[in-house]
Amino acid sequence: MNIVVLLKQVPSTDSLIEPTSDKRSIKTADLKWVINPYDEFAVEEAIRVREAKGGTVTIVTIGEAKAVEAVRTALAMGADKAVLVQDPACAEMDGLGVAEVLATVVSGIQPDLILAGQRAVDDENWLVPAAVAHRLDMPCISLVIGQQIEGDTIVCKRTIEGGIATIRAKLPVVITTQRGLNEPRYASLQGVMKAKKKPLDTVKLADIGLSPKSAKSRILALKHPPARTAGKLIPGATTVEKAKELVRLLHEEARVI
Amino acid sequence: MPNTILVIGEISKGNLRKVSIEAISEARRITDRIGGSLQVLLMGEHLDTAAGKAAEFGADTLILADDPRLANYLPDTWSTIAADVIQTNHPAYILIGSTTTGRDLAACLAARLDAPLAMDCVASRWENENFVITRPMYGGKVLADIVLEGTPRIIVNRANFFQAVARKNSVNLIRYEGPIPTSKLSLDDVQREASARPELTEADIIVSGGRGMGGPDFGILEKLADVLGAAVGASRSAVDEGWRPVSDQVGQTGKVVSPNLYIACGISGAIQHFAGMQTSKVIVAINKDPEAPIFAKADYGVVGDLFEVVPAMTEEIERLKAGQ
Ligand SMILES: Cc1cc2nc3c(=O)[nH]c(=O)nc-3n(C[C@H](O)[C@H](O)[C@H](O)COP(=O)(O)OP(=O)(O)OC[C@H]3O[C@@H](n4cnc5c(N)ncnc54)[C@H](O)[C@@H]3O)c2cc1C
Ligand SMILES: Nc1ncnc2c1ncn2[C@@H]1O[C@H](COP(=O)(O)O)[C@@H](O)[C@H]1O
Repeated sequence: MNIVVLLKQVPSTDSLIEPTSDKRSIKTADLKWVINPYDEFAVEEAIRVREAKGGTVTIVTIGEAKAVEAVRTALAMGADKAVLVQDPACAEMDGLGVAEVLATVVSGIQPDLILAGQRAVDDENWLVPAAVAHRLDMPCISLVIGQQIEGDTIVCKRTIEGGIATIRAKLPVVITTQRGLNEPRYASLQGVMKAKKKPLDTVKLADIGLSPKSAKSRILALKHPPARTAGKLIPGATTVEKAKELVRLLHEEARVI
Repeated sequence: MPNTILVIGEISKGNLRKVSIEAISEARRITDRIGGSLQVLLMGEHLDTAAGKAAEFGADTLILADDPRLANYLPDTWSTIAADVIQTNHPAYILIGSTTTGRDLAACLAARLDAPLAMDCVASRWENENFVITRPMYGGKVLADIVLEGTPRIIVNRANFFQAVARKNSVNLIRYEGPIPTSKLSLDDVQREASARPELTEADIIVSGGRGMGGPDFGILEKLADVLGAAVGASRSAVDEGWRPVSDQVGQTGKVVSPNLYIACGISGAIQHFAGMQTSKVIVAINKDPEAPIFAKADYGVVGDLFEVVPAMTEEIERLKAGQ
């Protein structure tokens, strides 16, 4: 099985995010960078599929030089090799541009299965996996919480609004992850050592025959949402008194019930 | 050629979703501004009730792809039909409500049409001739003002942010007569929860429980939710404990919600949880620890044991409702 994981490095979810003074991007100096949490599920699932079926897990990432850390972490978890597309032109791309680059890299690998996150928790486009799938003429099954491969068929359980659907497709497919799919392993010390020797190709757009595509989605300004401040603490001698007062305020003052 | 603005609506339990109605209203405002005609495409089966609803909110044309084979969403089938409609009418804007299905369909269409996409929009405004869209990034920690270049521009609107305004129109009804394409996917089974409660992302009121619930019994929250007509949510800790399904998780890596009233019970207020509910109109925190960070962001805070506060609230609300 040729298995590919699309992996992005993002600021950790406990980061405070500050727009830069020109408001076009965010201050990155003090951020901690991690594998996108949903892509961690993808790496784990890919390794499990390889453990069961044999094959190779390739990590494909578009990112800056520091993204090497995320890629190495995935290799330390157990992925076999990686391609890092590192090109200043990629910073200007939108989701469609990113998908074109990823699809170009991936098509050379001829995957049976591509795993990606449902969304990247930085730009939250919810777009890239479907766009990669489209370019490679593969179906995309999103929000998968369980999968099973029998022969050339994959059966996935995916979350839908208010329920769960079971979907079947012939490989190759793209699937995106949902929490509940698995519990990602930690990289062992031994894994970290091994990862240093695993193949990691760094390529530029020109190396894969692409020229940068201009973004169709342009950021004018980033700002903070209106700040929330502490409101009232509800007074009362007993819990019941507090509960009554709260209900009164919600009804008469806030008018939300 | 006059402009076309297209909304792709979504059906739930036989009716048009609230978020789709909000999309139609927003599309109506765009149509009124730039001129042209507002089309609503519905795919599914038994669409008459939903179609009636779409007409009440200002659709000029309704396109119904009403077929038993469309009873359940399949990305390739649905996006092929939508692309067919789009290639006939060349809309300048396409609006789709942000649900699991809506997001998936929007992404497929953006890929197919090589069209710019703005996911999960929460506001819009005109700056001269530019349509500026606001959408959250980094789990809602920042809001981005963006513009889309090229057509069609695909806008996915998040529930509870765009005002729905009724508007009677005379509607031109078109039945989609094209082929129903087969899918590369086949659906073996669909299980839906038999819950009568509203869905988290569309609910006006949400009652959420965290690790402070101490176990899988969310009975007191469900009771409060039911007297309020509310949905029940959870923190990630409650999900990780296995007390609630993943689909109930509110937060940066769960669902982002924006109800009128969010009642957090036994939730400490971690940054990832806050990211998912900070745009709620009113936040209530019930926590026994007066130092819990959530109190710094809540409009109303009750320091106390949720197992006492919540039932007392339920009783008081029942009394209030009985007296109305
Ligand atoms: C990558 C990543 C992503 C994450 N994404 C999310 C996310 O999407 N959503 C999310 O919620 N979290 C998320 N988290 C987890 C988050 O950091 C917190 O750990 C989590 O939100 C804590 O849940 P909690 O408030 O229920 O539990 P706790 O922090 O343990 O708080 C429990 C609270 O209950 C109170 N309490 C206990 N008993 C009672 C009682 N009887 N009555 C009243 N109060 C009581 C306590 O005082 C305490 O404040 C994420 C974490 C990571 C690392
Ligand atoms: N720069 C990138 N490099 C590799 N994979 C990516 C990149 N951007 C997005 N992806 C993949 O696409 C998923 C969804 O991202 P998005 O559409 O940006 O929300 C992510 O979880 C990744 O699996």
